[in-house]
Amino acid sequence: MAYSDKLMDHFKHPKNVGTLPKNSKQVGTGLVGAPECGDVMRLQIQVDEAGVIEDAKFKTFGCGSAIASSSLATEWLKGKSLDDAMAIDNMAIVEELALPPVKIHCSVLAEDAIKAAIKDYKAKNAIPA
Amino acid sequence: MGRRIYLDNNATTPCDPRVVDAMVPWFYKHPGNAASRNHPFGWEAEEAVDYAREQIANLLEVDSKEIIFTSGATESDNLALKGVYEMYARKGNHIITVKTEHKAVLDACAKIEKLGGQVTYLDVKEDGLIDLGELEAAITDKTILVSVMWANNETGVIQPMKAIGEICEKHGVLFFSDATQAVGKIPTLPKETGIHLMAFTGHKMYGPKGVGALFVNRKKPRVKVTAQMDGGGHERGMRSGTLNVPGIVGFGKAAEIAKAEMAQDAARLSVLRDKLQAALASQLEEVYINGNEEHRMPHVANISFKHVEGEGLMMMFNQEIAVSSGSACTSASLEPSYVLVALGLGDDLAHSSIRFSLGRFTTEEEIDYTVEQLKTGVNHMRDLSPIWEMYKEGVDLDKVVWAEH
Repeated sequence: MAYSDKLMDHFKHPKNVGTLPKNSKQVGTGLVGAPECGDVMRLQIQVDEAGVIEDAKFKTFGCGSAIASSSLATEWLKGKSLDDAMAIDNMAIVEELALPPVKIHCSVLAEDAIKAAIKDYKAKNAIPA
Repeated sequence: MGRRIYLDNNATTPCDPRVVDAMVPWFYKHPGNAASRNHPFGWEAEEAVDYAREQIANLLEVDSKEIIFTSGATESDNLALKGVYEMYARKGNHIITVKTEHKAVLDACAKIEKLGGQVTYLDVKEDGLIDLGELEAAITDKTILVSVMWANNETGVIQPMKAIGEICEKHGVLFFSDATQAVGKIPTLPKETGIHLMAFTGHKMYGPKGVGALFVNRKKPRVKVTAQMDGGGHERGMRSGTLNVPGIVGFGKAAEIAKAEMAQDAARLSVLRDKLQAALASQLEEVYINGNEEHRMPHVANISFKHVEGEGLMMMFNQEIAVSSGSACTSASLEPSYVLVALGLGDDLAHSSIRFSLGRFTTEEEIDYTVEQLKTGVNHMRDLSPIWEMYKEGVDLDKVVWAEH
């Protein structure tokens, strides 16, 4: 099974790896997956006063597809409003990285991580979901 | 194409060039069917098969009439289990095997259960070895067969074969072993061990793919199996089908080479394996060796790198280095290796495992290169790993409530 060049690039040279201050009110953190399942994704967003995502970071324990999916997700998140971020669909990640069928769950996990991070941010700032 | 290092010899071994040389004439110059009795083409093919049968019998120190050729170890496993189940139906219907057996054994046993048989699946201890007391306690008056693999494909762990043979002898039960990973690499003598049936294959011992064998004991006791493939009655009626003459010639040559070189190969590879293992364990944190290190094949190391997912790690270097992982991330089930789980590894450590299996053509320089690539790969994956970060911060990962999916 050969992976796409885009996937390999995100895997070997992942974008936005790192950690944002999780206690900051500006930061929302999503932690999804479980070590027993073979993947854990932590995705964080930093939102500016206008409600736009100004930064995004991730760390992922998982296979190459999971790492590439989260790297791509952080790229897409930057500059988006929360509503636009909520609308990111896992199938768009599948298409962009040409994920094989057995790896679709990696894109689902990335979508879950985005939604969890937004939910965390909204809860911290008392914004209705 | 860059360099390529093959450390997946438990999946399959390359053919030894001497094996290939021996096979070539049997494709074209000597094309006969070993069952053709009326012309020299058939006679010479039959002679070649008989010679190979002798070479293999020599390796196992058995009578050549006790070697039944098949298409491979999976077929041999099926023939042994289902063949004994059918043949000895009047004596009983109970088979004992082990949870860490190869799928060819486990799935054949599952089929036997569907047919009305009873199968006991023994647990293994943390080091991968079975408990002999549990084995003996599982034997009933309905037990016809004990099936225990010689060496495990994932961990290389070697079961106490002789002791198992003694228990089977004491209770008058047949003993079958899937010895696929052991034959040709360590001494595997069924007569000395009390084994009545033994499955193995060419392509795990530097022979060709598509040819295997089943050893079936002929005297004290005379063991018979019901054929699972019906046809011309080849192989003393136990396995019909035109013999794969070039494959069998190659298999025989591989057995001859193994007999002569097995000891020196094993000695050399255990040094390289130990070097690989020691280098990784000393130069990286949180490295775990899976399976009993003392009772283990000389060329195998199964190692978990904690908080790193195995398949992702392999992707770091798999263009150059071929290994395999107990992480089953490529399978739809997402279940990690059932063998490692049976050893009591948490799913997280099972997902983090890499199997290195060295072979006759592995060099020390390749091992040194592999150590460097592994270090780079593990460190890269840990830099990316949120659970490594949490572990380093002192978070108790067992107490985290994970959003399982």
